[in-house]
Amino acid sequence: MTWETVIGLETHVELATKTKIFCSCTTAFGGAPNTHCCPVCMGMPGTLPVVNKKVVEFACKAGLALNCEITRYNKFDRKNYFYPDLPKAYQISQLYLPIARNGRVTIQTGERERDIRIHELHMEEDAGKLVHDPWVDQTKADYNRCGVPLIEIVTEPDFRTAEQVIAYLEKLKSTLEYLGVSDCKMQEGSLRCDVNLSVRPAGSTEFGTRTEMKNLNSFKAISRAIAYEARRQIELLEEGKRVIQETRRWDDNKDATFSMRSKENAQDYRYFPEPDIPPLELSEEYLDGLRKEQPEMAEERKERYQKEYSLPEYDAGQITAQKALVDFFEATVALGAPAKEAANWMLGEMMRRLKEEELEPKDMKLTPENLAALISMVEQGTINRNTAAKVFRAIFPDNADAQAYVKEHGLEQVSDPVLVEHAVEEAFAENADAVADFKAGNEKVLGFLVGQVMRRLKGKADPKTVNEAVRDRLTH
Amino acid sequence: MSITTEMVDYISDLSRLRLPQEEKERMTGELQGILAYMDVLNTLDTSGVEPMSHVFPVKNVLREDEVVPSGDRSELLKNAPASDGEAFLVPKAVE
Amino acid sequence: MEKLTELTALELGAAIKKGEVSIEEATRAALEAVEQREGELNCFITRTGEQALERARALQAGVKETSSPLYGVPMAIKDNICTKGVKTSCASKILGDFKPPYEATAAERMERAGCVSLGKLNMDEFAMGSTTETSFYGPTHNPWDTGRVPGGSSGGAAAAVAGRECWYALGSDTGGSIRQPASYCGVTGIKPTYGTVSRYGLIAYASSLDQIGPLARSAADCAAVLDALMGKDPRDGTSLDVPAGGLLASLTGDVRGMKIGLPADCFGEGLDPEVRRAMLEAADVLKSRGAQLVEFDFPVMEYMVPTYYIIAAAEASSNLSRFDGVKYGWRAEGYEDLTDLYCKTRTQGFGAEVKRRILLGTFVLSSGYYDAYYKKALQAKGLIKAAFDDAFGRCDLMLTPVAPTTAPKLGESLSDPLQMYLSDIDTVSVNLAGLPGLSMPCGFDKGGMPIGAQLIGPALGEAAVLNAAHAFQMDTDWHKRSPYEKEVF
Repeated sequence: MTWETVIGLETHVELATKTKIFCSCTTAFGGAPNTHCCPVCMGMPGTLPVVNKKVVEFACKAGLALNCEITRYNKFDRKNYFYPDLPKAYQISQLYLPIARNGRVTIQTGERERDIRIHELHMEEDAGKLVHDPWVDQTKADYNRCGVPLIEIVTEPDFRTAEQVIAYLEKLKSTLEYLGVSDCKMQEGSLRCDVNLSVRPAGSTEFGTRTEMKNLNSFKAISRAIAYEARRQIELLEEGKRVIQETRRWDDNKDATFSMRSKENAQDYRYFPEPDIPPLELSEEYLDGLRKEQPEMAEERKERYQKEYSLPEYDAGQITAQKALVDFFEATVALGAPAKEAANWMLGEMMRRLKEEELEPKDMKLTPENLAALISMVEQGTINRNTAAKVFRAIFPDNADAQAYVKEHGLEQVSDPVLVEHAVEEAFAENADAVADFKAGNEKVLGFLVGQVMRRLKGKADPKTVNEAVRDRLTH
Repeated sequence: MSITTEMVDYISDLSRLRLPQEEKERMTGELQGILAYMDVLNTLDTSGVEPMSHVFPVKNVLREDEVVPSGDRSELLKNAPASDGEAFLVPKAVE
Repeated sequence: MEKLTELTALELGAAIKKGEVSIEEATRAALEAVEQREGELNCFITRTGEQALERARALQAGVKETSSPLYGVPMAIKDNICTKGVKTSCASKILGDFKPPYEATAAERMERAGCVSLGKLNMDEFAMGSTTETSFYGPTHNPWDTGRVPGGSSGGAAAAVAGRECWYALGSDTGGSIRQPASYCGVTGIKPTYGTVSRYGLIAYASSLDQIGPLARSAADCAAVLDALMGKDPRDGTSLDVPAGGLLASLTGDVRGMKIGLPADCFGEGLDPEVRRAMLEAADVLKSRGAQLVEFDFPVMEYMVPTYYIIAAAEASSNLSRFDGVKYGWRAEGYEDLTDLYCKTRTQGFGAEVKRRILLGTFVLSSGYYDAYYKKALQAKGLIKAAFDDAFGRCDLMLTPVAPTTAPKLGESLSDPLQMYLSDIDTVSVNLAGLPGLSMPCGFDKGGMPIGAQLIGPALGEAAVLNAAHAFQMDTDWHKRSPYEKEVF
């Protein structure tokens, strides 16, 4: 029998506000345990939540960008459960009237387009962090993340492959980054994804029993977990067994999902309207204002780059896939660097270095100013391209000043024709055989001779000038 | 509406309360009486009435997104039954 | 001068301002009364006498500059209102020696008005109860008869004001917790309109109903306290952005033409005949000052108690979940794992009444019952609000009993929780509709126990409510009666 996998996603995204959703503590990542806290986010008795304006704005912007209907009359609800990472023993969330519903995201896998429906998007608060200390056999509760604003985006079960899921997440990530509502750093947990998966015989219209997978911390983990879980469910069904509806935890090291305690599956959250927060009423004018602020998204920008900067489609696509690259690119171009050059440097040397260092573009230290300066030195002939590549690698890690580096290491290009002429003379004298070879018709030695001249100039001459000088000498 | 001891067990579990047998039986009886009395609400016609959670039409109470320095950790942890000076301590709660 | 402790708060404030008495003298007089009577009354959970004397001396220098009519007047605060660094227990074992690292807005505002706090007052555990017998720290006794309850949940506050241990107190009222003890103890107390006094720092019982307010010796004292308390607080999202202050200045005692409504359904079955008589006499006093009396039916009364207890218990079950032995307060010993820690701490840390309401609240919110109970109650609340709106189309204020009887004997009420809930019928309605409600002494029963009348106003109708009570108190002296100066009258 052939099986079809059916997948729906619940994605939690931390919003990039300065302060928490219900108090004025910072949302900065890290910090010593319990130092980004106050009585409100620690759930101390008598304290009350007051909603951060920016959270509503960001949630609306995300909803609009995902083509959702925005709920004009919004409420918050309490979701009640006991766990030490939740100091009030309830999470303030939205159940009955989420801020956005019925959206749609178009994804592309290969040549095919597919619409993924968004069921809803709602605002809620993040929980704290628990770390078990084996030395004292105690779990430590740190509430720094408590109250960091989240939006949860729930899709309909519209995915059939892991590839579609990844395409959706890439698109979602890019959209949210473009909006500036989240930095979407998976490794810091600011984008987290739970996968609901079931299988059914191909052609069937009924859904199978689904499981929910948690602890998926990278796109790679998501792909592998989907493959694993689909296989596990198919095997069960083919053996005549049943799939149990449950939450399963992905273990990256063991490359498998494991059932979480069934007790946690049987939950009755007793949602009810949060009495401490008055409703939100969003006016048409407010939403119009936000619509006007919506930035140009990846696709439009990609087309514009092709037209305006004559970038190849591939390059334009690569840059616009990440907001951090877009920002870097546009800043570099704005500083006077030719677009094509900026794109080449970014997609060549820069991507190579990022990959080597396992860095995200938004985490690198190199600034557009510095890259623009480097490009300008090449343009002006101060250094040649090879030298520039070396300079780039040297300045990349700490954003050392490109011009200062070139000066300090004496890398300015030799442009004095007398010096070049002198080097050619020397090289010819020492390599009379090669010169003879060339004159006997072996043109291949040209490159060798050029190399010899460059070696004498310590690589600091413009290759084109040297090439011309050598050819000149040989043919005269 | 009649409430059973199983139901009392269920809501006790949700509330993290564990009543001794005798107390549980008494509680079941009391809750039965209270809930039976509350059934008087069934005689009230509420069709088409919006549930009212907020009694006054206050709306859009929002705060600016401006950081205020967080609290002093030692002050915030001072009331904790168990802490190590930087975090609250609880029995093992992580997988 | 009359005995210091028998003055009203405003009279004492005026004497302090004039320099007839120092703040320290007033404070010492109160502390003496506390020392003398606490043995039999048990109004306080925490006494802060030393800090009070220090504060009294520090405040003295500012007497000349102050514009606060309550400057230097000693008071006390119900123990569910957070006071920075001073134990705040909600009269529960589970909060242990919790000392909040923050101050409730209400306490902060009274401090700004120059109060001298003598400490924290006893109450029913988490404000759940009508007798102050559910306190982990033992019951408070009624100064008029120490064999009787002071009412609740602000029983410590009412008994301390009636017992002349302080001039006024801050209480809280979720379903009558200011008005009913005020009535049982013969003092004046008001629950203002929901949202007019910040709840920040008030340990929540039922968030949509809780409101802080004063208990004092007169309506004018209450007006002065509310002038200091009321006003928008950015830390409480439900606090109303309306003009505050000026209540004291607006008390004229002129009620001519004011329509006082007497809802027939509040004077029916179950009402003690002596209480009924006192109500009608109170109405007549207002009539004699030019008010008009209007009678009408108010059939929603029978839905008040179930609606109130469903909503209050539901919110309480959630609000009290944070007490789990992890972040603050008391933690049980001998637990085996996390769940065991939660269960042992909560089962041993909460008293029976609190557990009953947590279970009730959990039930009405649980899967399968939400619509039948909680949602139904929210709909009923809508209808109750509409019924009040309708009633205030016919009258300016409503006059009702505060409670069907006077204070019962200690130990009589707790055995039948439903019966206790039913006795809240006259007060819970006001919280459901968010309205201001005041309780004023209006007589005594044959046993010598005080009777209170309730004045209910429309939303933000504090000025009218206080003015009517003030008018009543201009013609009567019930509010001045003292359990210790009985022979005077």
